[in-house]
Amino acid sequence: MKRRDFLKAAGTGALIATSAGTASARDNLPVSEEAVGMLYDATLCIGCRACVVKCKEINEMPPELVEGAEQWDMAEELSADTLTIIQAYNGATGGNAARLEDGTFSFSKRQCMHCVDAGCVSVCPVKAMKKDPKTGIVSHDPDACIGCRYCVMACPYNVPKYEYDEAFGQIQKCQLCNQKGVERIDQGQITGCTEVCPTGANIFGTRKELLAEAKRRLQLKKGDTYRYQLSSIDSPHTYETQVKADYQQHIFGEKEGGGTQVLVLAGTPITNLGLPELPERSYAANSETVQHTLYGGMIAPAGILAGLIYLARRNTKGGDHDE
Amino acid sequence: MSNQYQRLDHKIVTLPFVFLCLLIGITALILVERFVFGLGAVTNLNDGYPWGVWVVYDVIIGTGFATGGWALAMVVYIANKGKYHPLVRPALLASLFGYSLGAFSAFVDMGRYWQAYNMFLPWQMNFNSVMLEVGLCVTAYTIILVLEFAPAFLDRFKAPRLKELLDRWLFVILGLGVLLPAMHQSSLGSMLIAAGHKVDPLWQSVSLQPLFALITAIAMGFSIVIFEASLVTAGYRRPSETHLLKGLGKIIVYLLVGYFVLRFGDLLLRGELGRAFAGDLRGNMFLIETLLFLTPLVILLSPKRRSSGAQLMIAAVSLLLAGALFRANAFMIAWHPGGGYVYFPSTKELLLSIGFIAIELAGYLAIVKWLPVLPKVEHA
Repeated sequence: MKRRDFLKAAGTGALIATSAGTASARDNLPVSEEAVGMLYDATLCIGCRACVVKCKEINEMPPELVEGAEQWDMAEELSADTLTIIQAYNGATGGNAARLEDGTFSFSKRQCMHCVDAGCVSVCPVKAMKKDPKTGIVSHDPDACIGCRYCVMACPYNVPKYEYDEAFGQIQKCQLCNQKGVERIDQGQITGCTEVCPTGANIFGTRKELLAEAKRRLQLKKGDTYRYQLSSIDSPHTYETQVKADYQQHIFGEKEGGGTQVLVLAGTPITNLGLPELPERSYAANSETVQHTLYGGMIAPAGILAGLIYLARRNTKGGDHDE
Repeated sequence: MSNQYQRLDHKIVTLPFVFLCLLIGITALILVERFVFGLGAVTNLNDGYPWGVWVVYDVIIGTGFATGGWALAMVVYIANKGKYHPLVRPALLASLFGYSLGAFSAFVDMGRYWQAYNMFLPWQMNFNSVMLEVGLCVTAYTIILVLEFAPAFLDRFKAPRLKELLDRWLFVILGLGVLLPAMHQSSLGSMLIAAGHKVDPLWQSVSLQPLFALITAIAMGFSIVIFEASLVTAGYRRPSETHLLKGLGKIIVYLLVGYFVLRFGDLLLRGELGRAFAGDLRGNMFLIETLLFLTPLVILLSPKRRSSGAQLMIAAVSLLLAGALFRANAFMIAWHPGGGYVYFPSTKELLLSIGFIAIELAGYLAIVKWLPVLPKVEHA
């Protein structure tokens, strides 16, 4: 074959690849109108961990053992048995809050953030991670899951956990108390962790309402009096108290990684509370754009294959020709 | 074409072969333990490091080492350089081992392997997932490799009608055999994009990730051909193939120049090159990786050095290490999930990975004596 022919074939493939690409670049996914979520206000959290206990009860998960013994509340990190936790951080440095005299401290609640444009949903090869089109709840289906743990890789918050200590382990994560057999949200109830929170540090609601409430709170000054909702945004139960700290002018989850349905407010920089700094564009949007640029409609691969088959046919017909 | 190849007339059961079988036996025991007690019983994998050596070495690096068949198919059948034909079968055999073991490793590492078939059910497929692309593509290419290698088997067992059928469709098989590895080798790089900030900026290039993976994979393909051919020549005292291999060395030069321009251009544009000189583990690993890529470029740039079998071998080994380290760095060393997680492979993880290499070596040694794979020696 002539070098010219090869270049022609390769050029055709490249041309198709570029033309396919422009059609499929993807932006962050939009948030659904009826998306539900939670607002965690670290300035209100007293670290009682009632939410952790309630979560274990609803999900029928055993307590964490420390040195073989069952402790009062020793979960230190999210795990396959602990889908939400309360951690204490030094508000000034983000380190462990052991020495309080070194600065302010803050509690932090961690669980699945139910991303608007969820990485785990985007990368799962078998649709085991799903995002409900209405509520936006990110659920997991163990019957579809192959256990590749790409969701673990792709989650910016290290949320999905695999049960390594079991022969037939599965992925575990918070499903906003709406998993099969629980379905609290579908039945008009709220999540276990918001239901039991005694101070209203964690409340349930639609993302839209929660975002509006978060913005109202950002206007408050330390010492102001404010009527805080308990359990959920539309609850009749409220309590009036003084604002404990000046709010950082930042609602975590409003824009991070394309936004999340769990929003966080704090009196200390939120990046000190175990949450990462993220760009506004979701990683899923990056990944899918690159992938769909290469494989949009399989047009480019088909074009290249046609070129390759043509060359292979020419070059295998009638034996070998050395140049 | 078939008379270009011959069986190697040696005993199959030799001392090294027995030693390899011993390692394979240990691997079998570890596999039993993994399937009975779970991944945690044999690996150090944890919630921060979901992928360890079994994925990174056995699958991601392993298939990178298995690209010889692909590289030669491109040269021989697409660029029509028929003079390289004698190298095709041994390269295909090594590719076949690398890919089938890579696919098997992925299966062993799957937390819910008994549901692996879900990947092949159209209604379960998520076409946004890079993993799906890799999974389907690797499976398809493994089948293609079986078909590409089949002539060696059919020659040995004299099945002319099957051979004829295969020959008629060979051009389609060859086309797929070039396209499929290009697709999934680039996707191995794309897999990192979704991990975002968890991959160190030295290895996290959003838009060029697939291209880096592709170029290094092709370069590794030509290197492994040089490496295997040199080893077989030395090991079985066969005539040197340097006159063929030096041409491959020239192709590698072009690939490496392209790689360096893109890789460093990307780091400069993103303003992350300074991290390489931070003196920390990641910076130093980047420097080692770069040195390993630079060594073959320096050697192969000179036509004189390119014609020396020993120099070619050094360049090939350096490039194979470079490609492997590039992947290990990107997936493990550059991985910082936060949350205080650390990972170092367990002895059993390493033993299984070593065992898989033993399977490849023992299988290769046995099959070149059983089927006509190696090029026929002229004066024989």
